[in-house]
Amino acid sequence: MSAVLKAPLVVEFPFTRSLGPVQSAFLTALRHRVVLGVKTRDGRTLVPPVEYDPVTAEEISELVHVGITGTVTTWAWNHEPRRGQPLDTPFAWVLVKLDGADTALLHALDAPGPDAVRTGMRVRIRWAEEPTGAITDIACFEPYDGDESTVTVHAGEFEDPVTGIVAQARLDYTYSPGRAQTAYIKALAEHRAVGERCPSCQKVYVPPRGACPTCGVATSEQVEVGPGGTVTTFCIVNIKAKNLDIEVPYVYAHIALDGADLALHGRIGGIPYDQVRMGLRVEPVWNEGGSYPDHYRPTGEPDADYETYKELL
Amino acid sequence: MTSEAAPGPRDIAVVAFAQSDTLRTTSDVSEVEMLMPVLHDVRAQTGLKTADIGFTCSGSCDYLAGRAFSFTLALDGVGAWPPISESHVEMDGAWALYEAWTKLLSGDADTALVYSYGKSSPGSLRDVLTRQLDPYYVAPLWPDSVALAALQAQALIDAGDTDEPELAAIGARSRATDNPHAQLKGPVPHGDYLVRPLRTGDCPPIGDGAAAVILAAGERARQLCARPAWIRGIDHRIEAHSLGVRDLTDSPSARLAAEKAGAFERPVDTAELHAPFTSQEVVLRKALRLGDEVLVNPSGGALAANPMMAAGLARIGEAAARIHRGESDRALAHATSGPCLQQNLVAVLEGDPR
Repeated sequence: MSAVLKAPLVVEFPFTRSLGPVQSAFLTALRHRVVLGVKTRDGRTLVPPVEYDPVTAEEISELVHVGITGTVTTWAWNHEPRRGQPLDTPFAWVLVKLDGADTALLHALDAPGPDAVRTGMRVRIRWAEEPTGAITDIACFEPYDGDESTVTVHAGEFEDPVTGIVAQARLDYTYSPGRAQTAYIKALAEHRAVGERCPSCQKVYVPPRGACPTCGVATSEQVEVGPGGTVTTFCIVNIKAKNLDIEVPYVYAHIALDGADLALHGRIGGIPYDQVRMGLRVEPVWNEGGSYPDHYRPTGEPDADYETYKELL
Repeated sequence: MTSEAAPGPRDIAVVAFAQSDTLRTTSDVSEVEMLMPVLHDVRAQTGLKTADIGFTCSGSCDYLAGRAFSFTLALDGVGAWPPISESHVEMDGAWALYEAWTKLLSGDADTALVYSYGKSSPGSLRDVLTRQLDPYYVAPLWPDSVALAALQAQALIDAGDTDEPELAAIGARSRATDNPHAQLKGPVPHGDYLVRPLRTGDCPPIGDGAAAVILAAGERARQLCARPAWIRGIDHRIEAHSLGVRDLTDSPSARLAAEKAGAFERPVDTAELHAPFTSQEVVLRKALRLGDEVLVNPSGGALAANPMMAAGLARIGEAAARIHRGESDRALAHATSGPCLQQNLVAVLEGDPR
């Protein structure tokens, strides 16, 4: 068999996330180049601060101002930075216990090499040039050999609180549809429709996905279907889709290709939208160079009898 | 006690286990095409058909292959018609097995099919896994899975709990397996640093694969399997998500899960640990109190094959299969999820006395 199809697939999703009161105070403070922690009832100071004590689950909200200097509690040397990470030159991932804090914050440490990093070393925050109210307002840490910074109580009140963040995400994939769908897509480009038959129940699936969902066995025998088909049911679309250059109203239909036991869907053209009906006989229309049918149009044959397609609804 | 007393909990066993080979890439098959032979295998071992199975539960993650609702397509491989009693967890299949175990305990079903699968090859796994992290303080920094494991490994080295030669030995011992489904086996160099102190040999291979087990209760289990692997206890626990509040050299969640599962009541002879990084085996041996007399990961564990979402279920399956074959009488199986062993499941399996 010829090679399976592959194509790049990019999934991008900017999540808009609202913040709770403690997260809001922490990120707002970062924008002012201040680091806040939160006190637990038993006197520990958590940095980065959270809204519930991870041990007791009590709601906590007493904010304290901690240092911008601290101590590395563990580290890992990253010689090949990846997309999105804080630095694009080799750096150390570090957990840093800031002065005044009892827990550690994860971030990057800008250091010349792994020999310059050790657990217990002193570091200081390097601030981003244009803070926005996000964890990345800390550009990274850098080595530091000065005094401990002072720690004070902080009301956590700022005039312009950050109430949300937009978390950008992008993941890159190489999509492959597998054996059965590859065969289907390749045939479509040759203006043919190819389904697969279930060896158990004999149904022909178009498009095939490699398995019969009723019997749970692999389909493999290829069956050429169509090109003609029957509209089994349809709807009239009145809302224009974003980035889609089709005038509304138009008809979107389930079409049972001749020889198929499963209807596929497609747009119906070449006929006024209000004249489309169940049983209408149609055939695919390819655009110049198209790798799949652009739409289906009436063949002019008499309508199919309901009995011939009622099982395919 | 009167005769009116409520019946005790039902005995539930793993009666069959099947898995695919784990491969670096499987682009020639879709997820359902990869999974289906495994489902057929595990059912054939018991002679059960889809209609004979009382409950079906699966584990998978859409982010791995970037395919939304991929588990609904995977159901095509089960043959879910007429409609079946079915559920899904967006986790490793070990947690699907936990759900199926509770379903059987309740008496709602006598048999269950549990399966899970993962195709990591379409994406960049180290980056994909960053999306499971705290979205406010951690995920915006894109710390990849190897980096987080490396922070844990360095903490262990600093604490004197391990060193690089010991980590190399764990990798070598794991890959000395004869498991025919393993992706990486035989002599594998410790390699260069991926994220220091972890070298390539300390990290799991990235691969695609699937696993499935069948559970059965009471007499049904004895009918389906000559020597069922009885689940004597199973429990799962989670730790705080923030790495900076945890002691990365220990795993109190694994220890507590083991205690609740009864692992410390009597010694086990075998342990199948889901430790994707060599350093994590060090943590788990300590937390689970496994001495040198316990056979650890004869299957090679996650260092030999780590199909995401299936590797934890495969640990339970491998432990059970050793009991089926008479190679173990009492085994511990462990599964993990999240960064640095954040979440841990422990099951204790036993065979009938011989």
